[in-house]
Amino acid sequence: MLDDFLVRAALAGLGLALAAAPLGCFVSWRRMANFGDATAHAAILGVALSLALSLPVFAGTLFVALVMAVLVGALSERGLGIDTVLGVLAHGALAIGLVAITFVPGARLDLSAYLFGDILAVTKSDLAVIWGGAALVLGLLIWRWQALLTATLSPDLAHASGIDPRLEGRVLTVALALTVAVAIKVVGVLLIGAMLLIPAAAARPFARTPEAMALLAAGIGGVSALAGLEGALVFDTPAGPSMVCAATLIFAVTASFGALRGRR
Amino acid sequence: MKLIAAQGLQVSLGEHPVLQGVDFHVDPGEIVTIVGPNGSGKSTLLRTLIGAVKPQAGKVTRKPGLRLGYVPQKLQIDATLPLTVARFLSLPHRISRAEGRAALEEAGAGALEGRPMSGLSGGQFQRVLLARAILGKPEVLLLDEPTQGLDQPGSAAFYRQIEQIRARLGCAVVMVSHELHVVMSASDRVVCLNGHVCCQGHPETVAQAAEYRALFGTGTHGALALYRHEHTHTHDHAHDHGHDHAHDHHHDHAGHGH
Repeated sequence: MLDDFLVRAALAGLGLALAAAPLGCFVSWRRMANFGDATAHAAILGVALSLALSLPVFAGTLFVALVMAVLVGALSERGLGIDTVLGVLAHGALAIGLVAITFVPGARLDLSAYLFGDILAVTKSDLAVIWGGAALVLGLLIWRWQALLTATLSPDLAHASGIDPRLEGRVLTVALALTVAVAIKVVGVLLIGAMLLIPAAAARPFARTPEAMALLAAGIGGVSALAGLEGALVFDTPAGPSMVCAATLIFAVTASFGALRGRR
Repeated sequence: MKLIAAQGLQVSLGEHPVLQGVDFHVDPGEIVTIVGPNGSGKSTLLRTLIGAVKPQAGKVTRKPGLRLGYVPQKLQIDATLPLTVARFLSLPHRISRAEGRAALEEAGAGALEGRPMSGLSGGQFQRVLLARAILGKPEVLLLDEPTQGLDQPGSAAFYRQIEQIRARLGCAVVMVSHELHVVMSASDRVVCLNGHVCCQGHPETVAQAAEYRALFGTGTHGALALYRHEHTHTHDHAHDHGHDHAHDHHHDHAGHGH
C-alpha cells in the first residue's frame, strides 16, 4: 500500500495536519503567529546547511528551527513591542536562507520544493520521520496540556499554582521546531504558518472548550490535507498550496457561520 | 509559623524601582490589607509573593508545600481561546462537576458554569476568579483589587463572601485595595505601602499614623471618620455578626456622609 506515491502523500499530509493543528491552537491563543513564521522561515537556512554538509534535511532544519525558536522565545520574554522584531526576524531569516542556498551547488534547482513542499515525492523514510515527529509533538502537547493551558491563560495564575510558565513556553518552542522540520517536505517553509493557524481559526467558531477546538482543528487540518491533495490531482495544481487553499475555504465557511450565529 | 515571609525585597520593573527594602509576612488565618497610592507597588508585592516577579534583592520564604489561591487584578483571555466557566475552574487541576458547582456557589456565582468566560460581566468574572482560587483549598488567598468595577453594595457583598470563605477554610487573606473604609473594618492588619512599608499594624493604629495621613491626606477624612465609626460598632458585635453590622453601617454613612 505504501508503494503508491498517492497513499504516501495522503499519509504525510494527514500526519502533519494532526500535529500542526492542535499546536496551531496554542499559536493562535498566545498570539505567536509571527513567532511561527520566523521559525518556519529560518528553516530554509537549515536546508542550505544540510545540503552543504550532506546531512539529512530533517536534521538541519530541526537544528536551525530550534535555534531560531529559542532565540525568538528569549526575545519575546523581554517584553512588549516584540511584534516588529519578530517580523524582521521572519523576513530576514527567509531572505538570508534564500541567498545562502544559492551557494549550495544544485540546490537552486530544488528551491521551490523547499519553499512550497514536495509531498508527491515523500518516501517511506520521510513518512517515518513525519509520523514520528508528529507523534512527538502530540505527545508533548498531551503530556503538558493542563500546564500549557494555565500558562497560556495567565503566567501569574500559573506561578500561583506552582507552574513555571517559561518552562511551558519552551515546551511549545520545541514542539514548534519539530513541526517545522516535519512540515518542510509537505508544505514547504512558506506555508507552514498556514497549516498551523488556518485549521485552528476555522475551528474556533464551533468550539466551546480548548479541547474541542484542538480536536476540531485536527479534523479540519486532516480534511484540508486530503481535499487539497485530491484538488491538486484533479486541477493539476501544486499540492502544498492546494491544501492551504482547502483549509482557507473551510475557514471562510465556518467564519461565515460563526458571524451569522453571532448576529442572531 | 509564618505562611509567607519576605525580607528586604528590592524589585525594579525595567529601570523603575518599585519596591525597596520591603519586609512582609502573613500569619495563618489573618486578614492583611495592603493600601497605598497608585504606583506604590501593591500589585508588584503580591506578584512577588506568588513568585511571578523575581526580586533583585531580598527573598520570599514560603512554608513548604504552601497552597496559594490567587485572584489577579485583571485577566485578559484571548478571543480565540474558547473557555467555559466550568473548564476554567479545572485549570490546572481537574475537578469534578460537583466541586466546581460548590465553589461557584460559595463565591456567589451560582449558575454560571456553562457560560463562556468572554460573556461574563465584571462582577461575575471576579466571582469566578474567586471560585477558582478557593478550589485548591488555599492556606493563603491573595486578592489584587478584587472589587474593581463593582459598585459599593457589590463590593461590600464581595468582602462578606471573603469573610465567610476565611471562616470556613481558615485561610489567611492578603488583599490589595483602594477602598480603605470598607477594607479596614474587616482587616486584622493593615500595611501601608509606598515603595516601602510606611507603617503597619492594627487598622486603628495605622489610620492614626502620621505616615498614613501624609499619604492619604484630606481626601480620606470622610473615610477615616467612617472607619472609626464602624470600628466601634465592629467591636460591639465582634463576636457573632460584627461584619454584617459593619457592612450596614458602612452603607448608612456612605449615604449620609458624602
